[in-house]
Amino acid sequence: MIKLYDYVLSVNCYKQRLMMSILDVEYETVPVDFFPGWEHKGEEFRKINPLGHIPVIDDDGYILWDAHAILVYLAAKYDPSGRWYPTGDPGLLGETASWMLFAEGTTNTASAARLCVNLGYDFDLEACQAGAHRLFRVLDEHLWFREREGREWVCSGAHPTIADIALFPDVVLSEEGGISRLDYPALRRWTDRVKRIPGFEGMPGIFPASRGVEV
Amino acid sequence: MAGANGECQNGAVLDQWHPLGAIDEAEPNVVHVTRLLGESISFAVTPEGRSAVWRTRGDLAAGMPVDPESVAGTLPSRCEFLYVWTSLGDPPERSFDIPEFFEPDRRNFNACTIGLRTSAPRAVENFLDMGHFPFVHDGLLGSEPRTEVVDYNVHVDGDTNEVWATECQFWQPAASATATEGQMVDYVYRIMQPYSILLYKSCPAAPERMDLIGLFVQATSEEHCRGHMFLSLIDDESSIGHIRRFVQTIFAQDVPIIENQNPKRLPLDPQAETPIRSDRASILYRRWLSDLGVTYAVIPAA
Ligand SMILES: N[C@@H](CCC(=O)N[C@@H](CS)C(=O)NCC(=O)O)C(=O)O
Ligand SMILES: [Fe+2]
Repeated sequence: MIKLYDYVLSVNCYKQRLMMSILDVEYETVPVDFFPGWEHKGEEFRKINPLGHIPVIDDDGYILWDAHAILVYLAAKYDPSGRWYPTGDPGLLGETASWMLFAEGTTNTASAARLCVNLGYDFDLEACQAGAHRLFRVLDEHLWFREREGREWVCSGAHPTIADIALFPDVVLSEEGGISRLDYPALRRWTDRVKRIPGFEGMPGIFPASRGVEV
Repeated sequence: MAGANGECQNGAVLDQWHPLGAIDEAEPNVVHVTRLLGESISFAVTPEGRSAVWRTRGDLAAGMPVDPESVAGTLPSRCEFLYVWTSLGDPPERSFDIPEFFEPDRRNFNACTIGLRTSAPRAVENFLDMGHFPFVHDGLLGSEPRTEVVDYNVHVDGDTNEVWATECQFWQPAASATATEGQMVDYVYRIMQPYSILLYKSCPAAPERMDLIGLFVQATSEEHCRGHMFLSLIDDESSIGHIRRFVQTIFAQDVPIIENQNPKRLPLDPQAETPIRSDRASILYRRWLSDLGVTYAVIPAA
């Protein structure tokens, strides 16, 4: 069974839990005392990932780290329909890769701001927030045009991709980093759609869509 | 003069002891910088757990090595109940007592320190409110439709001037990290100082004793704070990591609720927010803050 080295409040770990829940993949978590224990920086954990960060998965001895790389692996291996990571469609695959790189940006801005505010990380909070707003504006406009085309997801296919999974946690928890989504209506509609994907699972701080609360 | 140049001019708050961070988590003999009442404050601890706290200054920048005992011009400080505490005014000799803390079979540790974009008293009041359990912590600390808050007693203790809410009971599906089934749980709340609250909760491992969970709030400004989550538990089964995960899950569920309350400063006018928070403990808490003369991080009654 897949083992996920996990921390409940980590958006990058949540991306994996969300993906596996949607793909109905069985897994077990190995909780890492990330905060305030800093277990991922310890010698023991560095034997698993010398970079000292989570998430890491161990799929029957196959070890992989980096949140977005793990999403690629999970979808390629565990989605027989091939829609979450659309290797059969070069155009769509290219778009997916492009938005995955964009998601590195939202992680390093929106989610970094959340680490500053909630866990006291010593990043430049204002720069993180400003960077997140720049990216959210781009994504909001992009999604607005997608809706005009009758599309619901970040990439142009009819089905969501791992790019939606990579972006959603950074976006939906942005308020915790002091990044309001008031000015991004298309982004808010998209987060509601993601919450209604069958198999969707939240994390602390995210309300289910059925409550009708958008935070 | 205390607070003369600072943002906070409120004697009732300046004179309190305020937490700055967990002793264990501060690398010894190194400068740590944080904020308190709108000011930048630095501190350092010795390997033996003694502390020095001072208003941040250029010659002692964050991360620099320092012998805490050699720092001149320090503020009052103490290392107590897991944290470094300071005061920007004239603090009382004693802060408050937690006799249980010294029982040999207890495990005392900081579960987490979390920054919140709201005022310190909002964080305390949320901690005090059982009514939100089934809605915010569904499946853990409460569950719909068992939403009833059984009647309980509130009073201000004549000797210590602390707010107490006693005989609180609530039905909880998973009351603690070790719970395997739902149970009726007894609670006692105790507010020792304007921004510090403790709760005593029936302990699954020792029915006649109580687990203690504290939220010691550091008001970094009027509308921002850091919550230090103090635990003193009788549980020799669970790992610290497991307990932290449980507590942090719950705390993270509260974050959006707390942060979405407006205004961020706590209104003390009894008429201000009656319908949603007509809870007696919070009414008493707000009145007690008024009586103490707290004006920082609140909206004082007219
Ligand atoms: N590039 C990595 C970064 C993951 C990451 O930043 N994880 C955080 C937890 S959300 C972490 O482990 N941080 C510790 C560190 O990087 O020092 C990925 O995408 O997985
Ligand atoms: Fe709560």
